[in-house]
Formats: sequence, structure tokens, C-alpha cells
Amino acid sequence: MTIETPIRPAAADNGVNTEALIGARGAFEQMPAAAQFTFRSSCAWNTGTQSRNTINGYAGLGQEHARKRTFTIDSDHPEVFAAEDTAATPPEIVLAALASCLTGGVAAVAQHRGIQLHSVRSLVEGDMDVRGILGMDPEIRNGFSAIRVRFEIDADASPEDIAALAAQSQKRSAVFDMLCNPSQVSVSVA
Amino acid sequence: MKSIHTLVIGAGQAGLAASRCLSERGIEHVVLERGEIANSWRHERWDSLRLLTPNWQSRLPGHAHGGPDPDGFMAMPEVVRFLEGYAALGRAPVEERTRVTRVRRIGGGYSVETDRGGWACRNLILATGACNAAKIPACAAALPSGIAQLTPLGYRNPAQLAPGGVLVVGASATGVQLAAEIRAAGHEVTLAAGAHVRVPRWYRGRDIQRWMDCTGLHDTPAAEVDDLARVRRLPSLQLAGDGRRRFLDLSALRAAGVEIAGRLAAIRDGQALFSGGLANDCALADLKMNRLLGTIDAWIGANEPGPLPPPERFAPTAVPERPRLVHDLAGGRFRTVIWATGFRPDFGWLDLPVFDAKGALRHEGGHVLPGLYVLGLPFLRRRNSALIDGVGADAAHVAAHILETRGRLAA
Repeated sequence: MTIETPIRPAAADNGVNTEALIGARGAFEQMPAAAQFTFRSSCAWNTGTQSRNTINGYAGLGQEHARKRTFTIDSDHPEVFAAEDTAATPPEIVLAALASCLTGGVAAVAQHRGIQLHSVRSLVEGDMDVRGILGMDPEIRNGFSAIRVRFEIDADASPEDIAALAAQSQKRSAVFDMLCNPSQVSVSVA
Repeated sequence: MKSIHTLVIGAGQAGLAASRCLSERGIEHVVLERGEIANSWRHERWDSLRLLTPNWQSRLPGHAHGGPDPDGFMAMPEVVRFLEGYAALGRAPVEERTRVTRVRRIGGGYSVETDRGGWACRNLILATGACNAAKIPACAAALPSGIAQLTPLGYRNPAQLAPGGVLVVGASATGVQLAAEIRAAGHEVTLAAGAHVRVPRWYRGRDIQRWMDCTGLHDTPAAEVDDLARVRRLPSLQLAGDGRRRFLDLSALRAAGVEIAGRLAAIRDGQALFSGGLANDCALADLKMNRLLGTIDAWIGANEPGPLPPPERFAPTAVPERPRLVHDLAGGRFRTVIWATGFRPDFGWLDLPVFDAKGALRHEGGHVLPGLYVLGLPFLRRRNSALIDGVGADAAHVAAHILETRGRLAA
């Protein structure tokens, strides 16, 4: 049993089209196959630890889709790792992905609950013992041992309702799930 | 083949309530029961289990507990006696030891095959319960050999467990009760907890069920719910009927020495992998509990039921700072896994096109097909539809509908 989240009149405008999202739920209930999406990103090495990711097409709704334009994400490592520090490190990009995923979720949940947002800011930190990636100790994992997200949300709602926005956005977040739960990852060479 | 106007399958609280409501309306019927009256309560519950609802809340059409201890909780033999008494009181026409093997559509009604002959009926009420089988996640297949697997339907008491660690998967009423009992028997216990519903047993001088009753929360109709599919699959409240006015939440289990981990996400290479999202599942449970307490406080404020202790807010769930992400199941420390991961009804004998893509029975407020009804499923018509206390109203609705349909056909 639970208590239903109060749905307020949709006077709030956070720029999220919740009606469309709810409509999509109805459509996918009828046609679950259309809900199967495949996202992709291609990556090309430049030099050293520098690489560029190019993102455009994805598959979903039973067909291929092109984006409005091609997006790029560059990556590198900082100088302390003997790199040139031309772009964010891959783990930082993961932290950014988590923050963006949760932030989009906060906006969508707030819209659905009729809560007007004024600002949403977050700081994400990930702790890493780099002896793991340097192969110095098999007991130390490569990845983050802990990730913390701290939101500052200014909205027309009680502190409890604001806390519920952050909680519900985690419940529905793709990246939060990817970081919290194991995934099948296969890497092959063509 | 025998012929009858209405058949009821199952002689638990749902089937007996249906029988009572049919009798009150003069509708000829028979109740088929695979075993004995209250069969699941007799044979498919663990030894120490007591109802999670207090005695006063065991209300069925024409029958109530009425014993000297309204705030007590019935043990299973008492539940069996209570339902036997109900059947006797209403002279329910129960045919015991009659197992239904197949239901088909014939003409304007249904053919019901059993291991003791066949029946034809115009109306059929499915009252076989919501908990016939335990749901077990697919990852169970990856458990290392040498680990015993149990479901709550097979668990009786800690004495049946091998010495050593026990992983209890699931933090609903069942999971928290089993974790507490097995820990108290001296086993090392890890509880894998995903989304869960935290509530205090006792609040502002009364049982939580009393507040849910008088605020009308239990009576919430399905039509007033935003996402019915979601509320139908909610885990049960973390409650125990042991008479102690305490929480049986993750904090209490931790204090009792149970290790709390996140949802069991996978079993890989002999290792159980737990979700790193435990803190959020706990935060959601705390928020929802406080919303429930707020609803109760608001009701008390508006209705002034008398002098009561002041509102109370409880400490957030004591989430471990670094919950375990991995347990080695192959190392010998763990000997048993208990899947407290929910139950499902079993309508395998229903040879009708009435199931959705996931195999669940499709129904609209208990109406499955013309003349075919179901009772006792979660949030069937109201929040308390799957409780002893809630099935009576649904049974009355079904009986009234059968009577009305008979009137229309006769006219």
C-alpha cells in the first residue's frame, strides 16, 4: 500500500511535455516491440588518451532515426596522468551523464506533479582509488567506489516534496540504474 | 455432468464470502475446494505466522471475529477455525477434496472439470487466491549448486535450514519477518531489499490498520488510483502480527544483526550482486511513510477522535553507509537462499483467452468475462480487496451482479 502522490493542477511549466510521455506509455503497452531502442555512439582515437565520440543515429519505434545534428564529446586525461588535459576524463563524463539523467528526471517528475521549478543544480562526486586502474592491487576496483550527487532545487514545493522529486528521478533514471546495477557488456574486435 | 447456476472455486475467505453473499440472494451454488476449507492457511504458511491485520479487522459478510482480544493477531490454526466457523454459520455448500483441472466456455456458461466429475454452470467465481505460487526471479537458475533454495510456501521454521548463512531476498512483510526469525535463531542473515513499504505497527496510540481503516485509505476504489497496474504490484507493508508494537523495518533488522543489502540485481560467477541503489529505496520508503502519517494526522485533526498522543516523525531508515554490493555464494558461508520475492495466483487450469502478455489474469474490477468473476486479488476493486477485511465488499458486488444478470435474462 502506498499513498498516491498528489497530482496538482498542471499550472507549472518546466518545459516538459508530460502528456506526450504518458501517451507513449499507452502506445508501448499496445506495441511493446516499439519500445525496444538501441542507442549508439562511435569513438575515434586521436592521439595519446585523446578521443572523440560522435553521436547521431539510434534505433527505436521499429526504425532508424537520425538526430537533428551530430553531437560530439571529446575525452582526454589530466596532466597528472601524463596526458594533455584537452577534455574531460571518461569517468567525469559518466558523472555528467548521471547528473543530466537525474536532472531531466527531476524536471519530468516535477511537471507531472505540477511543481514549478526555478532552478536545479547539482554537484556530482565520484571517489576513485587510482591504484586500481594502475593495476597495483587486485583488491581495488577500477571504477568509482562511491558516487555522491547533491542537488540544490529551488521550486514551489515543500522540502519533503522536493526530496521526493530527487528520489523519484533516481527510481526512473537510466544512468542511475546502469551505475547501481550490473549490465552485460561485451567488447569485440572487428 | 452436474449442472448448477453458479460455481465458486476455492473455500478460503473469498470463496466463503462469495457463498454467503450468494446465499443471501437465494442464488443456488456450490463451492469447490481442492483440499479442505482454508487450505492455504492450513498448509502453505510458516509456523510462527500470524495475520498482519488485528482481530477486529477480520470482518466478513455476516461474520466477525468478536473474540475477547480485538487488537490481537490470529495464528494460523485460529484463522482456520475462524473460516471453518464462517462456513458452518452460513452452511456453505463446500465440496472438499475436489480439484479443478480445466475450465472451458460452453454455450452461455462454463464447463468445469474436476478430479471428481464435471460441472456446467452459468456463472463462475474464481476465489483461489493471490498467493498460489511464489514468484522467483530468473537469476535463481544461476545459484551455485549446494545452496538450498526455499520459498515462503515451503518455509516452516528455522530448524529446517542448514547451519550457516541465509540470504533472504525481498523486504516485504514476508521477507522482514523471515529475516528476523532466522536471525533470532542464530543464523547469519543478509536481506536484499529493493522497493519496500515502511510503516510503524503502532502510531498515536493505535494500530496502523485502525488508522488506515478510519481514514478510508483501505476503501480507496481502483477508479481513484492514478496507475492501477503499479499499485497492484506494490510490495506488502513491513508489518508483523507478533503483538509487539514496534517497527519491523530495515533499521530494526539491522539492529538485530541482519545485514541489509540492496535489491538482488544478478547472480554471476557464483556471486550475488546487489544494487547500489539501496539508499534511494529507503529514501522513497521514508517519504511515503511520512506522507501516510501526514494523512493520518490530518484526519485526526479534522475528526478529533479524542485525546491522543501527538504526531510523531520517525528517524529515517538507518541505511548502512557502504552497503554490500557482492556476496560470494560459492564460498560455503551461505547455505540457503529464501525467495521472498512475492506471490502470484495460479490459473493454469483456466482454458480461456483471459491472460495478458505477462500471463496475468485480465479483469475489470473482478469481471473477467460475462458470467466469469474473480475475487481476492490485490486492488481488485479497492485497496483492501486482497485482505480478509476487503473481500466481502467485492463478493457482495459480484453476487449482486449475478442476481441482476439473472433478472435480466429471465425478463
